[in-house]
Amino acid sequence: MSATAVHSLWTTAADPISKIDAPKIEYGQLSPTLIVLGAALVGVLIEAFVPRKSRYYAQVFTAVVALCAAFAAVVALAADGYGTTKAHVAAMGAIAVDGPSLFLQGTIVLAGLVGLFTFAERRLDPQAHGNRVDSFAAQAASVPGSDSEKAAVKAGFTTTEVFPLLLFAIAGMLVFPSANDLLTLFVALEVLSLPLYLLCALARRKRLMSQEAAVKYFLLGAFASAFTLFGIALLYGYAGSVSYGRIAQVVDGTVTNVDPALADTMGNDALLLIGSAMIVMGLLFKVGAVPFHMWTPDVYQGAPTPVTGFMAAATKVAAFGALLRLLYVVLPGLRWDWRPVMWAVAVVTMLGGAIVAITQTDIKRLLAYSSIAHAGFILAGVIATSKDGVSSVLFYLAGYSFVTIGAFAVVTLVRDAGGEATHLSKWAGLGRRSPLVAAVFAVFLLAFAGIPLTSGFAGKFAVFKAAADGGAAPLVVVGVISSAIAAFFYIRVIVLMFFSEPKAEGPTVAVPSPLTMAAIGMGVAVTLVLGVAPQYFLDLASQAGVFVR
Amino acid sequence: MENLIALLIAAPLLGAAVLLVGGRRLDAVGHWIGTFLSAASFVFGLILFADLLGKDAEHRTLTQHLWTWISVGGFQADVTFRLDQLSMTFVLLITGVGSLIHLYSVGYMEHDERRRRFFGYLNLFLAAMLLLVLADNYLLLYVGWEGVGLASYLLIGFWQHKPSAATAAKKAFLVNRVGDMGLSIAIMLMFTTFGSFAFGPVLSHTGDTSEGKLTAIGLMLLLAACGKSAQVPLQSWLGDAMEGPTPVSALIHAATMVTAGVYLIVRSGAIFNAAPDAQLAVTVVGAVTLLFGAIVGCAKDDIKKALAGSTMSQIGYMVLAAGLGPIGYVFAIMHLVTHGFFKAGLFLGAGSVMHGMNDEVDMRKYGGLRKYMPVTFITFGLGYLAIIGFPGLSGFFSKDKIIEAAFAKGGTEGWILGGAALLGAAITAFYMTRVMLMTFFGEERWRDRPTRSPEEPSAEPAAAHQGGAASGHAAAATGEPHPHESPKIMTIPMVVLAVGSVFGGAFFSLGDRFLHWLEPVTGHSEGDSPLSAATVTGATMVCLVVGVAIAWAQYGRKPVPALAPRGSLLTRAARRDLYQDDFNHVVLVRGGEHLTRSLVYVDHTLVDGVVNGTAAGFGGLSGRLRRLQNGFVRSYAVSMFGGAALLVAATLLMRAV
Repeated sequence: MSATAVHSLWTTAADPISKIDAPKIEYGQLSPTLIVLGAALVGVLIEAFVPRKSRYYAQVFTAVVALCAAFAAVVALAADGYGTTKAHVAAMGAIAVDGPSLFLQGTIVLAGLVGLFTFAERRLDPQAHGNRVDSFAAQAASVPGSDSEKAAVKAGFTTTEVFPLLLFAIAGMLVFPSANDLLTLFVALEVLSLPLYLLCALARRKRLMSQEAAVKYFLLGAFASAFTLFGIALLYGYAGSVSYGRIAQVVDGTVTNVDPALADTMGNDALLLIGSAMIVMGLLFKVGAVPFHMWTPDVYQGAPTPVTGFMAAATKVAAFGALLRLLYVVLPGLRWDWRPVMWAVAVVTMLGGAIVAITQTDIKRLLAYSSIAHAGFILAGVIATSKDGVSSVLFYLAGYSFVTIGAFAVVTLVRDAGGEATHLSKWAGLGRRSPLVAAVFAVFLLAFAGIPLTSGFAGKFAVFKAAADGGAAPLVVVGVISSAIAAFFYIRVIVLMFFSEPKAEGPTVAVPSPLTMAAIGMGVAVTLVLGVAPQYFLDLASQAGVFVR
Repeated sequence: MENLIALLIAAPLLGAAVLLVGGRRLDAVGHWIGTFLSAASFVFGLILFADLLGKDAEHRTLTQHLWTWISVGGFQADVTFRLDQLSMTFVLLITGVGSLIHLYSVGYMEHDERRRRFFGYLNLFLAAMLLLVLADNYLLLYVGWEGVGLASYLLIGFWQHKPSAATAAKKAFLVNRVGDMGLSIAIMLMFTTFGSFAFGPVLSHTGDTSEGKLTAIGLMLLLAACGKSAQVPLQSWLGDAMEGPTPVSALIHAATMVTAGVYLIVRSGAIFNAAPDAQLAVTVVGAVTLLFGAIVGCAKDDIKKALAGSTMSQIGYMVLAAGLGPIGYVFAIMHLVTHGFFKAGLFLGAGSVMHGMNDEVDMRKYGGLRKYMPVTFITFGLGYLAIIGFPGLSGFFSKDKIIEAAFAKGGTEGWILGGAALLGAAITAFYMTRVMLMTFFGEERWRDRPTRSPEEPSAEPAAAHQGGAASGHAAAATGEPHPHESPKIMTIPMVVLAVGSVFGGAFFSLGDRFLHWLEPVTGHSEGDSPLSAATVTGATMVCLVVGVAIAWAQYGRKPVPALAPRGSLLTRAARRDLYQDDFNHVVLVRGGEHLTRSLVYVDHTLVDGVVNGTAAGFGGLSGRLRRLQNGFVRSYAVSMFGGAALLVAATLLMRAV
């Protein structure tokens, strides 16, 4: 081999390398996610270096500042036109910065902030050995009922790790609806899921139940992730790319410059159909649609109530965002295949959630089944496959998330000796003893039921209208029937609270700190504002209803 | 000038508000406030009338738009008034007769401690009635329609402590409800047919609308008219309405409100002209009612109820005329006006008689009163002559025209309707003569006996005294009455009305004044009568003489028995108002009870069964489905796997299909 040849080998080898561009990352446009992620890392450092006594304050402070900053960043981006005219795909095709992204990120950040307030609440549980405690276990690693647990309680430990975990989950949720390729989608899915599994296990009371819930959630979540990952692999095999835009082009048949190495598998419809069905299944698991819903009641019941509230609200927002983007950006060419299937899923989800909720006796399980029914209603809007469908789902999610967190926050207030009194029989006559709390909860229930002048009505109306306009009128009929069934058990709780005799040793209503009050107050405010004057927000959602491709 | 129209209504409305809100501190002056504001409205009416007369016939329509009441999409309702010759006629009648009756009531209600409230209601009635006739669209008319209904209810039941009055008020309200339903349906039909319910658009587009729709609207309007004007089959409330104070009977249940149905039909003439079937129904209702009322009037011993039957009958004439179309509209209104004079006069006369007779209403306990109350006798007598159609007096002109017009309808219908109207004239002469003879002539049957025989307690006097009402002779209530003339404040209105009864008809008819005045609004056409005008007049005169003669034979020549004889089958039927209440009870009340009972049964068994069954079904389903949630992760995972498999299979299947 001559020197020239070596040289030429070097040059040919070196030439393409010198042409690799440095990845171009638009840090400014990704700032909401980056701020939250950064704050989460700061939280880890706080756990490592800040003295135990000050950790709580440092963590809460960091998290509040980070979430406020992230919301400011979202608003700034939206004001700058990134939601409409400047919408584009950033970070080398990995992240879409567009209307739905920003709208959902704003919703998630706000829901996260309200969730954070309920996380930080330390006045509801009675003081343990002179220390204020929150809803989370003193020391997660100690075996329930063991001596080490008692020692940890006595020492006044608290699991302040929940704050960075919360921030990590929020960061994952921020990426989830804006992921613009399948790998980013999967990474975001895991980033949001893993902290939630942990958080579910951290209840201070009924720890075994909490841990059981976490394990169930983890196992089933891993199972669902496996499906998703498999589906991603199949879609890659089909399209030769994980990029949303590229896959959509292959589906539409408008693709050019096919890589010869992929020519054999490319365009194999079986790969496409099976792959997309499996990815969709993973997302339906996250939103809690029937028949992938069975984790929901057990996990909602077992997890610490602040975690349940946060997860029920924010996870649903993020997962529906991802589902919308997948169906509207990647698979619009396939809609004649997925629409009938999604119809069926929506129908069984609406009816299943509403029907099984009738016989529930635990308020947290009741709300879990209610969330399943609501997933069905939102799916009806997803199926509309129109711009109205997108904007109605965005609006619905915004309204629903605040109602949910508010409702679970109220659940944390009603307590007896064993902690939260979640059995419905204990709520009898609550309206006589604590009219204000019962009235607030009634507002949330009416919003869930979709009674006019609440956000629930405006949202449901928008979603059903979009579905009917999109040719899914039978679905709307089923939706209205399900709403009627659902109204039964919501209103039954109201009847129970206001028209039943209070029990002798019923639960007491704890007086919360301003944190929980703020969470509940924000829930009521959003519910009423979106219910009484929804137009501004409908317009906002409508402006934000276009995906970038 | 049109800005004055709102003031017509505003004056009595203000009166009602002040009197009803003002409370007891206005007790001393309330009646004068009410009378003054009523008179003010009359003065406004006169000014507007003078203004209209100053214009030529084609430009005598004034409109005043106040504000837009409702505006939703294509639905627009305005508060707009329309003053044309037709509404002007009504305005003068309502405010004129109304003011006289206000004046009369000052005396009649003198001893009633709730007199202020009474005047408040009267003013409320005036405002509502004026709104009814001045409205420029049917919806606003409906407001007035309901308003007069309310005022009528309040005034019939004014002595609400009497169960009979409270019941009568309720009955009037309920029966009117049926008619009101007709009006509201008619308005809805108008909106769907014409896209509007303003007079202009509705009445000018009847030409390009299907006859079926117009007939439906016409029949619904007729139903409304039947309710308000006490026409068969909704006539049953008017007799009981006499439970109200007599000035109320005179103003509302004789002169004005009960004629609102006639107004409605004449105002909607364009609809009826284009719907001959509806028009025929109107004439049939009118003819049946004029005989019905007249027959009932023959048998009643209660002077007010006899007059009520007469009112029903006379309105039957008007409705008949209105149903004849352009040949009858003008005469319907003309008879309405003259009837307003003489019937109000007759009622005020009856009130005056009751005033002097301790509120006795049974004519069998009157007799020979002409000596004791000369003014009442003369004014009542003039009203009597007017109503039977004595030549030269009001009723002669207006009723004669209606009979002529009925014959002019032509064909068999014309003969039947004309015949009915003629027969009615004979019966009218009979029962009015009977009233006259029993009250003012014959022996003095009130001598040496209490006005109320113990076995026949009359509710009104007792109750009236409980409320401190009407009569100032409480001490004499159980003793022999001392008939006397009423005070001037009561006789003056009677005299004025008597003058109208005497000269009104001639004034209107000579030179066809009334015809020319009203023609631009209602239109007019001469019918094709098979009989000459002279023949009809002659036949009417014969009927008149026959009626009077029979009455004379029965009540003039021989003494009137103090207790009513059993009488013939027809008499007994007429005493019971031709079994109207029995009919309503059997058909409507009992039928309604059966219907509600069976509906309740269906509701309990079928509806509740389905509802509860559905609920139970969902509950059971819920319980079953709940068992799937068994807490084992392995089952959950299987469910997910199965779901995923189904999802994939279904997606593939969709492609295969």
